[in-house]
Amino acid sequence: MEIVIENFTKRFGDLTVIENMNLIIKEGEMLSLLGPSGCGKSTTLFAICGIARMDEGRVFFGEKDVTHTPTQQRNIGVVFQSYALYPHMTVAQNIAFPLTVRHESKQTIKKEVGEMAELVHIEDLMDRRPEQLSGGQQQRVALARALVRKPGALLLDEPLANLDAKLRLEMRSEIRRVQLETGISAVLVTHDQVEAMSMSDRIAIMKDGKILQVARPAEMYQYPENDFIASFLGNPPIAFLDGIVSDENVVIQSVDLKLPVPENIEVPPNGTSIRLGVRPEFYQPHHPHKIPGTVSFVEIQGRENLYDINLKDGSLLRSIQPADVSPLSPGTKVDWGVQPEQLLFFDKSGKRL
Amino acid sequence: MSHNFKNWPIVVGLTIASVPIIFMYVFLFVDTVTDTLPGEMMPNRFTLEHWRFLWENIEGKASVWLAMLNTLIFASSVTIIVLSVSSTASYALSRLNIPFRKEFLAGILMLHAFPSITLIIAIFLVLQMIGLYNTLFGVILVKASLQLPLGIWIMKGFYDAVPWEIEMAGIQDGASRFVVWYRLVLPQVRPGFLALGLFSFLEGWSEYILPAILAPANEVQMLSVYLASLISDDQHFDFNLFKSVGLFYATPVIIFYLFFQDKLMNIYGGGTKG
Repeated sequence: MEIVIENFTKRFGDLTVIENMNLIIKEGEMLSLLGPSGCGKSTTLFAICGIARMDEGRVFFGEKDVTHTPTQQRNIGVVFQSYALYPHMTVAQNIAFPLTVRHESKQTIKKEVGEMAELVHIEDLMDRRPEQLSGGQQQRVALARALVRKPGALLLDEPLANLDAKLRLEMRSEIRRVQLETGISAVLVTHDQVEAMSMSDRIAIMKDGKILQVARPAEMYQYPENDFIASFLGNPPIAFLDGIVSDENVVIQSVDLKLPVPENIEVPPNGTSIRLGVRPEFYQPHHPHKIPGTVSFVEIQGRENLYDINLKDGSLLRSIQPADVSPLSPGTKVDWGVQPEQLLFFDKSGKRL
Repeated sequence: MSHNFKNWPIVVGLTIASVPIIFMYVFLFVDTVTDTLPGEMMPNRFTLEHWRFLWENIEGKASVWLAMLNTLIFASSVTIIVLSVSSTASYALSRLNIPFRKEFLAGILMLHAFPSITLIIAIFLVLQMIGLYNTLFGVILVKASLQLPLGIWIMKGFYDAVPWEIEMAGIQDGASRFVVWYRLVLPQVRPGFLALGLFSFLEGWSEYILPAILAPANEVQMLSVYLASLISDDQHFDFNLFKSVGLFYATPVIIFYLFFQDKLMNIYGGGTKG
């Protein structure tokens, strides 16, 4: 089912949290709403399922305008951050609840609940109560309960936030597998860029109640529309250097760097301020345009080493390199470089050129 | 058990302190089935005469079984009213965005703090005016309404502890607000519900002043009033009869406590885990 949000505005008292938002979730895709906390992503989610009222704007499920349809009739499955399982019911009763309130027959309920349990691999846990389950198992039950009545869409509100690191990895692929197997349209709310990148078909990145960019994960990583998006995606994060355009070059006086502007970018007039975004994988020893500095911090990650490099003027670059048996120690002087084609160029307002 | 200190001194101390109370209970029971000569300590004969109220009516009074039935009806009705009203009212106060919610809650608290005895004359007049004086129904209404403020506050505390998400999930699963309350939220506050029920029942069972003033007639008399009237007569004190009726009156309460004491503890615990 396709979901269309049109001119959505939400206010809490005098505070406008979301202003005039437009978003389309395509049939069968998993879309992530990514953004820092308080950016309005959960509010958007609750507007889709009807728990939060919209002050302005409309929601369509396919062709149907559901703006004023009560939550109960929207037929949307939601997985809450705390899972919100019903503590006094067994796993089987939890999953069956959406069907029992619809007064389905006993056989239908039994069959559907069995199928769901199989889908999320919890057949052995049906008689337990939520408190007897691990976080990952509770998550699976919540997923099964959300999907059991064949909803038109699945909404996930920070589904992995309460899990430990290992389970998070496992549930990441599990949720994606279930979504692909059922072919359901899904919206994932998260503040974790790794989750958004790894689980979704498209990402909508939000800040202060606005959607900044909607794109496929790889596309958004490589071609962020502004410096906020560039800094939000990628771990370790991107580093920025400020420079000035001078004769088809970007000059950063404080670190004696002169970089030619790549061909695909229209050269701004002389004297324009430019912000260079340098991702850690593109600041490497063998690159031609050298930016010397001193190692200030080393983080051994096993497969890779992460170096923080302090430049002459005090600014910081990060470099990630394949692991070495003898990593550099802090204090070592290095002379690593960059490749202009790999860098991101932003103008003064933060927009990418 | 901790071995940091010896516990026998405590046991001995508590035993000595409890002896007089245990003695009182023992003699309460012994006196109901024996006779003792004036001035003596030990009983001199066994008799069931003091329990005669069970099979015959005491002079000038209705049957004790009628009083028992009245008390039972009174306590149960109060319990049912208190439970049904406070479990719904406090849900509304805890969850729904109703106007003047804060003021309403403050008002309820005021009512609870207000000593009900100061209202008794007004209540008496009101009941007389609407024709409910000397009826069980009237005194049930009065007791239930005086009991409600505490019930509403206690239940509200339990409701407040239930996570919102459970209700959101319920609505999302297609259930109406009523089904959500009845099937998802009410089970979460079960400990409070049970405790409040027991509490109200015991309160009703032991209520004396309201029935004594508002329903003193023989046919609507309650056990507490019945008991008090036994010694209000200056002509003949029968203390052993008084003790027997007292024991009869207290027995259901004692049994209640034995079975449900853990549930009663819950009312002050306030948690959602049952």
